[in-house]
Amino acid sequence: MNIDAIKNGIVIDHIKAGGGMSIYNFLNLGVLDCSVALIKNAQSTKLGKKDVIKVDRLLDIDFHALGFIDPNITINVIRDGVRVEKYHPDLPQRITNILKCKNPRCITTTEQELPHIFVLTDEENHEYRCVYCESKAPGL
Amino acid sequence: MRSIISITDLSPEELGALMATADDIIARPQEYAERMKHKKLATLFYEPSTRTRLSFEAAMYELGGQVIGFSEAASSSAAKGESVADTVRTISCYADIIAMRHPKEGAPMVAAMNASVPVINSGDGGHNHPTQTLADLYTIKREKGHLDGLNVGVCGDLKFGRTVHSLIEAMSRYDGVQFTMISPEELKVPSYVKQHLKNRQIPYTQTTDFVSALPQIDILYMTRVQRERFFNEDDYVRLKDSYVLTPQMLTGAKEDLIIMHPLPRVNEISVAIDRDPRACYFKQVLYGKYMRMALILMLLEEKR
Repeated sequence: MNIDAIKNGIVIDHIKAGGGMSIYNFLNLGVLDCSVALIKNAQSTKLGKKDVIKVDRLLDIDFHALGFIDPNITINVIRDGVRVEKYHPDLPQRITNILKCKNPRCITTTEQELPHIFVLTDEENHEYRCVYCESKAPGL
Repeated sequence: MRSIISITDLSPEELGALMATADDIIARPQEYAERMKHKKLATLFYEPSTRTRLSFEAAMYELGGQVIGFSEAASSSAAKGESVADTVRTISCYADIIAMRHPKEGAPMVAAMNASVPVINSGDGGHNHPTQTLADLYTIKREKGHLDGLNVGVCGDLKFGRTVHSLIEAMSRYDGVQFTMISPEELKVPSYVKQHLKNRQIPYTQTTDFVSALPQIDILYMTRVQRERFFNEDDYVRLKDSYVLTPQMLTGAKEDLIIMHPLPRVNEISVAIDRDPRACYFKQVLYGKYMRMALILMLLEEKR
């Protein structure tokens, strides 16, 4: 499968080599019944090696959350065989229910129904903190 | 309607206004004796407290209001597994304002998100304790006459000491302030506090040497190493008496130093210091009550 072969779908390009599976799992692509390709270690003039994900369906997902995982990736939206949109997801200001706070003193450890919310506190260092206890966000 | 979860919820101008109100309460207490008549404060204290809870209660009574609440989680519906959100939705039907202490960090924020009355964070784990900071700021203002240009020394448990984090946050908004942080290696201030100072280019030094640091300090803020913040008893025992302030140690200190402590004190300030005119920790308690009165007035009169 290559990008031209997709009629309506998404191509997530320029994923740091080795990071494709995290994004695949994060987007829960395993449950889709359409064609999904995870290409690992593809050649890249920009990165040397990269991972690429191609999904043969348009997904109603806020891809900006991916900026938290890898801000260098490119999202390509394909409609009727034509790329109609291309963008880099920004670092989201707020991420909800993607990470869990690891601080044992945080209220989220005892009140299970609370959403786990992290806010961007340091853009330069990609640092997020728990909105409740201000602990640093754990890695994925 | 607004809640106060962190000291940063109050602008420097609002802090100034609260201090002005506290000054006026001290000068003309009779003018305030019925300002909160027919209003109820709910003190929801999920962990033990003497000063903060009684200070809030005294503040509300002195404003002519009434108080309901509980002083430990075991005597509340939390013991049956009720969530903070459900508790405050219920209490909002009974009270006009809530003061909450909770061992879990962020619990008062959850309360504020769900209550239909103002919530005042009265201490959440090792995180924030804004009304203690109001007491601290007002003590400095009353005793030193100003809040800018001071070398603020904080000593003891700087890792879990929520009062220290809030004080640093609040004092860093005044011009010319610098910090001297004295603690054992294991109890240094968290990285986010240091990052905050770096971002604002506020000078600070970190040291384990209390005696050498003392002569440069204008405000000495002592803290207790809190047993309840440790998961390991051995660590607590090893660190609890890291710093004990004695009269001999004050020989090289400034004559106009003020010594503060959020209390309760255990060993970290010798009782002999209590007679030193530089000891301000019991005045701090009194100033705290006036600032809580000013805050209740601000939140409920703003709401109206």
